[in-house]
Amino acid sequence: MTIFIPTPLRPFAAGKDAVEVEAATISDALDSLTQVHPDLRKHLFTGEGKLRAFVNLYLNDEDVRYLPAKEATTITAADTLSIIPSIAGGCLPHGRPRLRRS
Amino acid sequence: MGILHLTRAVYDKIRAHGEEIYPSECCGALLGTSIPDGWNVVASVRAGNTRTDSAHNRYNISGLELVKIERDARRQGLGIAGFYHSHPDHPAEWSLTDLSEAHWLGCCYVITAVAKGKAVLTNSFRLAGATEEDKAFEQDTIEIDE
Repeated sequence: MTIFIPTPLRPFAAGKDAVEVEAATISDALDSLTQVHPDLRKHLFTGEGKLRAFVNLYLNDEDVRYLPAKEATTITAADTLSIIPSIAGGCLPHGRPRLRRS
Repeated sequence: MGILHLTRAVYDKIRAHGEEIYPSECCGALLGTSIPDGWNVVASVRAGNTRTDSAHNRYNISGLELVKIERDARRQGLGIAGFYHSHPDHPAEWSLTDLSEAHWLGCCYVITAVAKGKAVLTNSFRLAGATEEDKAFEQDTIEIDE
């Protein structure tokens, strides 16, 4: 299958925007990915080995969280897996944060 | 300090989006290429704000919309350089919410202050750091390419 790598993780995947892996399940595919590019592991998983809460996985157009078997879902060579960190934020009603300038 | 290059068209579009959506927060993605001193952004994509429960001070882009934005960007030979949103009647400074919810290391987060429906200051902040645990926003210089 093809795993699409988002912009912030490409430096940890040899600059690639996509990586081909052979795997039977989504979980296996992530294992294969992080074996080839071990620096990705800390960005995808917690120290306990769980997928970080802000990392979204999409098997083709399906959110893996809502698949019945989740990361144990079986895959085919034609499938794609997109890794997409979440995007959110917004202004706060009060206060102003400290700004770090380089 | 890094540099965010924006075309005039992109700069005007993201500010107009903030005015149009006011008093809610607008949000969207910035597409471009990485350059040695920052990002060169050549296109913006409007996104829906899923935080309809608190759209005046929160924004969220759905994961599936992000997947489609990135897919389209890749087809154009571009990448997601960062994101933009507006702060209705609040400064163009990142909030603690912005930082805690920011996870695209190395990408730019552009914020436009919209005061009483009129876009005022626009700032860009790069999410610096090597990991989620040491991330911090650093202000970039915005250069508008005419």
